[in-house]
Amino acid sequence: MPRNLLEVRSLRVLYKVHRGDVKAVDNVDLSVREGEILGVVGESGSGKSTLALAILRLLPKTARIANGHIYYKGEVDLAHSPENKLKEVRWKEISLIPQAALNALNPTLKIVDHFLETARAHGVHDRKWVIERASKLLSLLRLEPDRVLKSYPHELSGGMKQRVLIALAMLLEPTMLILDEPTTALDVLTQRFILDLLKDLHAKTNITMMFITHDIAVIADIADRMAVMYAGKVMEVGDVYTVFKEPKHPYSIALMKSIPSLTGSVEEMRSIPGTLPDLVNPPPGCRFWPRCPHAMDICKKEEPPTVELKPGHLVSCWLHARR
Amino acid sequence: MSSEPPLMEVRNLRVYYPVRKGIFGGVAYVKAVDGVDLVLNKGDIFTLVGESGCGKTTLGKTIVGLVRPTGGEILYKGKNILKLSKREYLEYRRNVQIIHQDPFSSLNPTKTVFQTLSFPLKRWGIARSRRDLIEKVSELLSLVGLEPPEDFLFKYPHQLSGGQRQRVVVARAISVNPELIMADEPITMIDVSLRIGILDLLLDLQKRFNTAYLFITHDFGAARYFAAKGGGLIAVMYLGKIVEVGPAEDVIHDPLHPYTKVLMSAVPVPDPELSRKKKLLKLKSLDIPSPMNPPPGCRFNTRCPFSKPKCEKEEPPLVEVRKKHWAACWLYTS
Ligand SMILES: Nc1ncnc2c1ncn2[C@@H]1O[C@H](COP(=O)(O)OP(=O)(O)OP(=O)(O)O)[C@@H](O)[C@H]1O
Ligand SMILES: Nc1ncnc2c1ncn2[C@@H]1O[C@H](COP(=O)(O)OP(=O)(O)O)[C@@H](O)[C@H]1O
Ligand code: SF4
Ligand code: SF4
Ligand SMILES: [Mg+2]
Ligand SMILES: [Mg+2]
Repeated sequence: MPRNLLEVRSLRVLYKVHRGDVKAVDNVDLSVREGEILGVVGESGSGKSTLALAILRLLPKTARIANGHIYYKGEVDLAHSPENKLKEVRWKEISLIPQAALNALNPTLKIVDHFLETARAHGVHDRKWVIERASKLLSLLRLEPDRVLKSYPHELSGGMKQRVLIALAMLLEPTMLILDEPTTALDVLTQRFILDLLKDLHAKTNITMMFITHDIAVIADIADRMAVMYAGKVMEVGDVYTVFKEPKHPYSIALMKSIPSLTGSVEEMRSIPGTLPDLVNPPPGCRFWPRCPHAMDICKKEEPPTVELKPGHLVSCWLHARR
Repeated sequence: MSSEPPLMEVRNLRVYYPVRKGIFGGVAYVKAVDGVDLVLNKGDIFTLVGESGCGKTTLGKTIVGLVRPTGGEILYKGKNILKLSKREYLEYRRNVQIIHQDPFSSLNPTKTVFQTLSFPLKRWGIARSRRDLIEKVSELLSLVGLEPPEDFLFKYPHQLSGGQRQRVVVARAISVNPELIMADEPITMIDVSLRIGILDLLLDLQKRFNTAYLFITHDFGAARYFAAKGGGLIAVMYLGKIVEVGPAEDVIHDPLHPYTKVLMSAVPVPDPELSRKKKLLKLKSLDIPSPMNPPPGCRFNTRCPFSKPKCEKEEPPLVEVRKKHWAACWLYTS
């Protein structure tokens, strides 16, 4: 089995707001294996972006890591590393393409300058090397390097900008990419193109990816393994074939039924009753109990343990706990 | 056969937006809608899908009277909406309601749910006294699943979740018993797990009050769900034109037009085996031509994997290829 490149252990991330603390990521355990595509799926507000930002310690000032560890290559604990250590990891080891990054390209800088700036900020000053590497990556992503490097961001379509961001993230040859909703803002055909490119890129470079999305169908299409998040918690983890075929967590089951998709019978699709919990005052016990059709007394009091049903298939739910 | 004219009929509708070309250049036109025909009867569901910028919103807004057409006709119960008398125009505006995409900006943040919902009731004389208003608003809130109503009457939008706000927007739209609701991406901003709930709510109104819908979305799964459950049609738009229209499951599972085929082959499905096995129909080009000068002949010919010489010269007509299933493509006509 490939080794774990990244191990998130008991991670807790809080945002300070006037009413108290938003428990955006709460006691999360999750590993990313070397060379895999790990899909992280969850509804809006489930903590996906917070998790991504925490891994690279790019959280806003109002947030803090209240507990836990983020081990990279089994050695460094990113949760407790000083800024200079983090600088060595960001972009060179792990690159993040943040959510809504499409609008984050500086409109006054040509694409080539984005590459040069990024390299410079990380101590790489060899202009020729940067341009060569950028051109190679852009061609790999099926863009014309000469034209694109000379363009300003507004001269590129959404799909082209997304590819530029992927190339930019790969500039310094990182071991791992974190992509936060990379296809959400794109049209169906552009999304398909980017998904196929990423698969192709993965096959060619074996780069490790953490792919975040709220769209469960996208996970089915691209990921090797998946983690289902709900209200700041990881509910279920497993390889995609297992989780899609036999989802075990009541939330995963309900989520899959709630997606109006092109396959399956429309008669079997239904929404999940109730609404997402308030993360300042989350329900005690299992965070899904107010909406869960199987909720028992214990669910309302105690947090469910995580059990391994089959090797690599983890579920946090009292229904599956051996008591 | 009834001789009553359809609720809404659109004939050869065109909507062009003028844009300046450079400083000295003249005016060019974005052909957002360029020759659309459709008919909607009471209780009908008509779902429009297509890529961003293909003209869905423009078509919807024009039908409900928010955008002035450049050419063609929009008939409300057989009468051109631009030629209605004042009374008829008021009736049309009342009977055709709108639900916008964004439940956050479509409610006034300084008004309570009660104030928001009372306004149309007072305006159209449906209820006047405070007692009647409270009763009627409470009824509406129950109808859209905001229960118990007392808990919601005096809340402000910021005290509601996105799904709850969209329910208030739906309540406002149905408060005047409209015959047609134009819903433009009504679930796009809603949490995934709550989307079907909103769609079911709209479908329930169709069943109970025979409300017709013009439903706009870029999400093919949502289009399928809404049209299939409501027994309606899906229409696929491309560069201002409807290129295919038919019963929901036929369009989704057995599309006729090459553009629809390409789209269906590209949409990921929540099944790892199926999604990876899907054979993508490759386009000649990913770039959508500018709606300012769409390609001559069939507008899809610059990207269509099946195009032939004729496609570059002549525009294919929309023809009924199978029962109630229409497509505009030279593969099906000569
Ligand atoms: N007020 C306007 N002035 C000029 N052009 C416009 C205006 N509104 C829309 N357009 C253009 O008309 C075309 C159709 O736009 P429309 O908003 O109808 O598309 P849509 O199918 O609803 O797209 P989306 O899925 O992104 O909402 C686009 O090219 C758009 O840029
Ligand atoms: N800067 C912030 N300040 C306060 N709360 C925040 C901030 N960013 C995110 N949150 C809250 O943290 C939770 C998780 O958010 P996020 O990680 O963005 O979720 P996702 O990416 O899954 O949509 C949500 O309740 C969200 O409202
Ligand atoms: S722990 Fe209880 S409430 Fe939570 S998902 Fe399992 S059965 Fe439902
Ligand atoms: S008319 Fe020709 S170009 Fe247009 S969709 Fe049909 S085959 Fe393709
Ligand atoms: Mg996010
Ligand atoms: Mg639109």
